[in-house]
Amino acid sequence: MHDKTLIELSRALNAGEFSSRELIEAFLARIDRLDGRLNSFITVTAEQALAAAEVADAKRDGNEHPLLAGIPIALKDIICTQGVKTSCGSKMLDNFVSPYDATIVEKLAGSGTISLGKTNMDEFAMGSSNETSFYGPTHNPWDLTAVPGGSSGGSAAAVAAGLVPAAIGTDTGGSIRQPAAFCGITGLKPTYGRVSRYGIIAYASSLDQAGPMARTAEDCALLLETIAGHDLRDSTSVARSVPDYRAELGQSLSGLKIGLPREYFGEGLDPAVDAAVRDAVKTYESLGATVREISLPHTHLAIPAYYVIAPAEASSNLSRYDGVRFGHRCDNPSNLIDLYKRSRAEGFGEEVKRRILIGTHTLSEGFFDAYYKKAQQVRRLIRQDFVDAFEEVDVLMGPTTPTPAFDLNAKKDPVSMYLQDIYTIAINLAGIPGITVPAGFAEGTEGERPIGLQILGPHFAESQLLNVAHQFQQNTDWHLRRPAIAEETA
Amino acid sequence: MQWETVIGLEVHVQLATRSKIFSGASTAFGAEPNSQACAVDLGLPGVLPVLNEAAVAMAVKFGLAINAEIPEISVFDRKNYFYPDLPKGYQTSQMYSPIVGPGEVEITLDDGATKQIGVHHAHLEEDAGKSLHEDFHGMTGIDLNRAGTPLMEIVSQPDMRSAKEAAAYLKAIHAIVTYLGISDGNMAEGSMRCDVNVSVRPEGQERFGTRAEIKNVNSFRFVERAINFEKERQIELLEDGGVVEQETRLFDPELDETRSMRTKEEANDYRYFPCPDLLPVVLDQAYIDHQRRSLPELPAEKRARFQDELGLSAYDAGILSSSRAMADYFEVVKDVCGDAKQAANWVQGELSGALNRENLSIEQSPVAARQLGGLVSRVVDDTINGKAAKEVFQALWNGEGDSADDIIDAKGLEQVTDTGAIEAMIDQVIADNPAQVTQYQEADDAKRGKMIGYFVGQVMKASRGTANPQQVNALLKEKLDQA
Repeated sequence: MHDKTLIELSRALNAGEFSSRELIEAFLARIDRLDGRLNSFITVTAEQALAAAEVADAKRDGNEHPLLAGIPIALKDIICTQGVKTSCGSKMLDNFVSPYDATIVEKLAGSGTISLGKTNMDEFAMGSSNETSFYGPTHNPWDLTAVPGGSSGGSAAAVAAGLVPAAIGTDTGGSIRQPAAFCGITGLKPTYGRVSRYGIIAYASSLDQAGPMARTAEDCALLLETIAGHDLRDSTSVARSVPDYRAELGQSLSGLKIGLPREYFGEGLDPAVDAAVRDAVKTYESLGATVREISLPHTHLAIPAYYVIAPAEASSNLSRYDGVRFGHRCDNPSNLIDLYKRSRAEGFGEEVKRRILIGTHTLSEGFFDAYYKKAQQVRRLIRQDFVDAFEEVDVLMGPTTPTPAFDLNAKKDPVSMYLQDIYTIAINLAGIPGITVPAGFAEGTEGERPIGLQILGPHFAESQLLNVAHQFQQNTDWHLRRPAIAEETA
Repeated sequence: MQWETVIGLEVHVQLATRSKIFSGASTAFGAEPNSQACAVDLGLPGVLPVLNEAAVAMAVKFGLAINAEIPEISVFDRKNYFYPDLPKGYQTSQMYSPIVGPGEVEITLDDGATKQIGVHHAHLEEDAGKSLHEDFHGMTGIDLNRAGTPLMEIVSQPDMRSAKEAAAYLKAIHAIVTYLGISDGNMAEGSMRCDVNVSVRPEGQERFGTRAEIKNVNSFRFVERAINFEKERQIELLEDGGVVEQETRLFDPELDETRSMRTKEEANDYRYFPCPDLLPVVLDQAYIDHQRRSLPELPAEKRARFQDELGLSAYDAGILSSSRAMADYFEVVKDVCGDAKQAANWVQGELSGALNRENLSIEQSPVAARQLGGLVSRVVDDTINGKAAKEVFQALWNGEGDSADDIIDAKGLEQVTDTGAIEAMIDQVIADNPAQVTQYQEADDAKRGKMIGYFVGQVMKASRGTANPQQVNALLKEKLDQA
């Protein structure tokens, strides 16, 4: 069962090949047996999942057949789930049990999906390797000596290893696409405002967006349709109807205009990644697409701008973790200042502290104009680059990451870690959607390491992106490859 | 040296929305601690603010009432600081693009003169919770019911030159917001609070002196007292060769003095930046026009109408339009009795006197406007005389009857104007007081004028106050002079 896509599972359940309870039990058994090696889950909610499966089975017996009913998924531990620990990968929230559900949790439950638990992540989504998690790093299922990417590394690893058929991640600067690429799965970062942020713990509010991580573009389409839509509780969600994404998947690519951003194929790009991406582009040409080079002239400013804006917002967003109402509180505070200082010093890890410091500094009197305001100006330029590019072409293609998954503990210097997101970060600054699909492999230490192709489109062009990704998957089999651990039985 | 005091006010007005500015929780005052704080007010991880449109409408109405510019776009910013009753670690406010631009408020001084006070801007923000330091034995209790309550902060220009002007400005703001119905203006419950900026400079000097900010002054009287103390403190300091430090001070009404809270060096860097969770507020002309059409008659307009159409004096018109409650009360009395001057006299005289004695506001008056109107009607149509009217008022105040007419009937206070009946009483009084009558008749005109009061009193007493005093006077004179 564990090698099936969501669509296949849905058909099998409705055909009576197995019950939802059997399906949930099978995945729980896999988590139980295999996740010790991966560390992809922080919390497994087995009891709740089994109870929900009973309900789903009863409904199916009553002749109700919603597409996703009784199908397991997993949620990144940044998504608030009522009655379940929601840690955000941090000691600060190790004791936080959310009293409410995020909007997307309500929507997923409404469609009948069953959460198996909460997946591991970089602390407060700050990281590109899952190594900043308070709960220890997640391992890449393809090569356990490699990182799974981050910050949605737990979600990516769990899906790749067949511990769950699909998961929800969040992406602030590449946190869905980079781990999806590293783990050889499909991941979509929707347009900013497409999916409600209500109940998703904020890292950088103007950049955060949740999205699906699954085996195929088709599964991503199904999940996006479930979680997308306007939410009155999120002022930044957009009042725009949600298309039937799966209905758009059959479109021909003949005449599709693909742009290759010159700046995405420069220095620092691993030759294996470069070759895989160029091969993928050739596949598209064979499907009738035309290809031309294009320029995104402000690409080099994306990382500097991001590392001003995101930490600035984070420094403010994370102020609520003060030891007063919830989360970690230090023992025996001697006074208020001591309570603040020690609770925060003990509760936050290194990278989170670093970004709070950066953000506090860039917002300070005397620096605000030089950093924050300037970064916002740069952000507008970067957005304009994309708007201009999409006047010329339908989609942009390039590598999702400069290299395949790197080794655990390999990147000690924060800046070299930040450079991981060089091809993904600008997309968040511009607010446009991006999808990554598996497009090849490179040599690793204990196994091959996947390579991702990133496809970018204009604002709200998710339908097109999903179709372009789907057509690639109809003509290639990279997305069907499984790591050895996924072949193991529970 | 002659010193000039320069004053600017920051007035915080709690807006009378039913729910909070960024959440659906109730804003009602006095509930059990933390019973009106939802996930958003608590600042739980993952929650997001949604702007309450009612707060926007109220701010726009205020802006229109002070002839302010209403910018097309305004933006919410975060003001970052740590405090236990500030759940998110920042206050959502407006720093760079406030909802109301520059405007003007007219104040009326004691001598009836008016002066325009500039408003720099007004912005929307959320209130914090309350820290309760009593009853928790070495700990602090946090009540977040107030967290997220909508506030409008009105920042004046430094245009005031005396404590009296500042108090008049505050009263004018109070009148405008209560007229608009956008705040209950209740200073005791904290619905209106103000920070006062005070500096002094030698008369004629253009440059402002260094100012001190006095925080959280919460009554008209305290504003005057705080300014007067602070002005004296600064002048004394300067005359002794010292310098005024830029600092935040606290007014202590018990000791009638201001004390230093923190100096400029200790001031926070609030790291303001646009709140990424809220979209800019965009107001088109149609929306602004719609709000303009819904504006009620404002204090200045009402004052002018009271003078021009009702013929009241500037003084009466000013007092009767000073608050919407007062104006509404007066207008009901006037409509019922049909005599604006009598209505004005009764509202400002008998009623205000009684309210002041009992320390009640006009909203708390035991005599309803309709009841007082009924009473004044009977004065206007001569059913009762002035003395009886006071008795009826007292009876209404004590709740002895539902209407003036009931009380007049029950107490038999209807004025006696029947000449025959009055003459009969006069004849009786003359018959009963032969010695006084002789005395009167032997006196000259000047003395007689004084002595007649005795007889009037006797006749009024005999009528239990119901006789028409003018008639009594005239008839008595006639009879005594004849006899």
